[in-house]
Amino acid sequence: MVTHGAPDGAPVPKVEFRGLTVRYGDAAALRDVSLDCRPNEILGIIGPAGAGKSTLLKTLNRTLELTPGARLDGRVLLDGRDVCKVGDPSAVRRRIGMVAPLPVGLPMSIYDNVAFAPRMAGVRGKAELDGRVERCLTQAALWDEVKDRLRDLGTKLSGGQQQRLTIARALSHDPEVLCLDEFSIAVDPVTTMRIEDALKALKERMAILLVTNLVQQARRLADRTAFLLSGELVEVGETQQVFGRTPKDRRTFQYVHGMFG
Amino acid sequence: MDGFGTTTEGRRRHRAERLASGVFLSMTALLILPLAAILGLLVMRGAPAISLEFLFSEPLRGMTAGGIWPAIVGTLWLVGVSLAVAAPIGVLAAVYLNEYARESWVTRVIHLAIVNLAGVPSIVHALFGVGAFVLFLNLGTSVLSASLTLAIMTLPVIIASAKEALAAVPMAFREACWNVGATRWQTIRHVVLPNSIAGILTGVILQVSRAAGETAPIMFTGAAFFLPFLPASVHDQCMALSMHLFTISTQVPNVPAEIPYGTALVLLAVVLAVNATSIAFRVRLRRRRKW
Repeated sequence: MVTHGAPDGAPVPKVEFRGLTVRYGDAAALRDVSLDCRPNEILGIIGPAGAGKSTLLKTLNRTLELTPGARLDGRVLLDGRDVCKVGDPSAVRRRIGMVAPLPVGLPMSIYDNVAFAPRMAGVRGKAELDGRVERCLTQAALWDEVKDRLRDLGTKLSGGQQQRLTIARALSHDPEVLCLDEFSIAVDPVTTMRIEDALKALKERMAILLVTNLVQQARRLADRTAFLLSGELVEVGETQQVFGRTPKDRRTFQYVHGMFG
Repeated sequence: MDGFGTTTEGRRRHRAERLASGVFLSMTALLILPLAAILGLLVMRGAPAISLEFLFSEPLRGMTAGGIWPAIVGTLWLVGVSLAVAAPIGVLAAVYLNEYARESWVTRVIHLAIVNLAGVPSIVHALFGVGAFVLFLNLGTSVLSASLTLAIMTLPVIIASAKEALAAVPMAFREACWNVGATRWQTIRHVVLPNSIAGILTGVILQVSRAAGETAPIMFTGAAFFLPFLPASVHDQCMALSMHLFTISTQVPNVPAEIPYGTALVLLAVVLAVNATSIAFRVRLRRRRKW
């Protein structure tokens, strides 16, 4: 993918949400949200429970349509192309890595967990699969702990290891965008720090959407941060500004400083 | 009163607890009684009849002597053909219902149909089989008609049990597969089916053993009173153990008592052997559980 500058110097967005409204039945989960994520940036998305953060990620990899009764208005663009207009949803999902809040080891070996997506995409060569498995496990900061037992079941790893396995799997199909939905919920602080370091390195290769309940995590990692509240985008800006003394909206200041009722 | 709060009230609760578990245990033990009684009676009175000759020869002298070989072979035919029809249809339907179908009025109607079909008495299935297969499709009274009738009868339960086995695979596994771009079919093929196949087969096999013991559905559709030859194809009639047992115990005078008992013993052995394979599957499944 080529990153080229727009006329005003701002890079062309990798992901764009344009006037996005999502309803589950009658309840709106997102209301007219417009937001973008640039290449090689970590976009932090913060907000209290029910703000629509997870829904936002699901619109991007088209898993929203698996929820009965979910309706989407507006557009979600990946490299300028509307993902909702792509005929095959798995073609969209192959370009996006998704890490869910709770770790999921597939009921197969550690190796097969990571080799699963490439195999499904048609990669057959053992050398290439070996290389990919090692690379993804290394990127997810898990390689050293499991390299001698790649044939063990992925489901028997500890919670923190399984979450890193989940991240390795999310990287295994070479995604252009990595979405993380509160990845640290089931992970100890030390592992969280290791994953955070890994994300900083991964940023060089892809755009990262980081949904988090821990505002300090967004502060540590995100280049820009968006604050969602009850399905509306309150503001998005440089992380320093959002967390500084003068965010654009008073509610942002209150939320990031823990003064929310 | 000591440190563990042992009071009169506490002791009374403890006694009630012991009484309750005792009552439940005795009710459960009561279950074993009829099984043991049936088995004991059959073995005692039927075992003398069992011999190689009894198993592998034809009935003689109006079924008052000889063996039950045609009935054994007939039962195997019926079970085999009905399994070949019902298992693929049932499993595929279950995969569709559990993996593809979305909640809608159509799927609700299908579920309702399955539940109700499972509750239809077997004699009604028999009449349907006569109407649909023997007469309308003009298959005549044959192994095929009888097997199709048995298949229709076992289908709903095969679907229900296969669906249950599929539903036991956690949703999170499917979502994880979809998230990395696997299609629905790839997910089913590589994750859902490998982790539910043992459960599916268990259900299928249990239904087969049930079909082996049925009499009503095959009575008018393909099972013969007496046939001096073995079926050569699915278009022939056949004898069957269950039907044979019914015939010699109610329709034929002067049958020596050990012959029906011996037949019943063989029928029970066939059914239990089939169930045993299903139990072996389940044990294997539990041992190989991956999560």
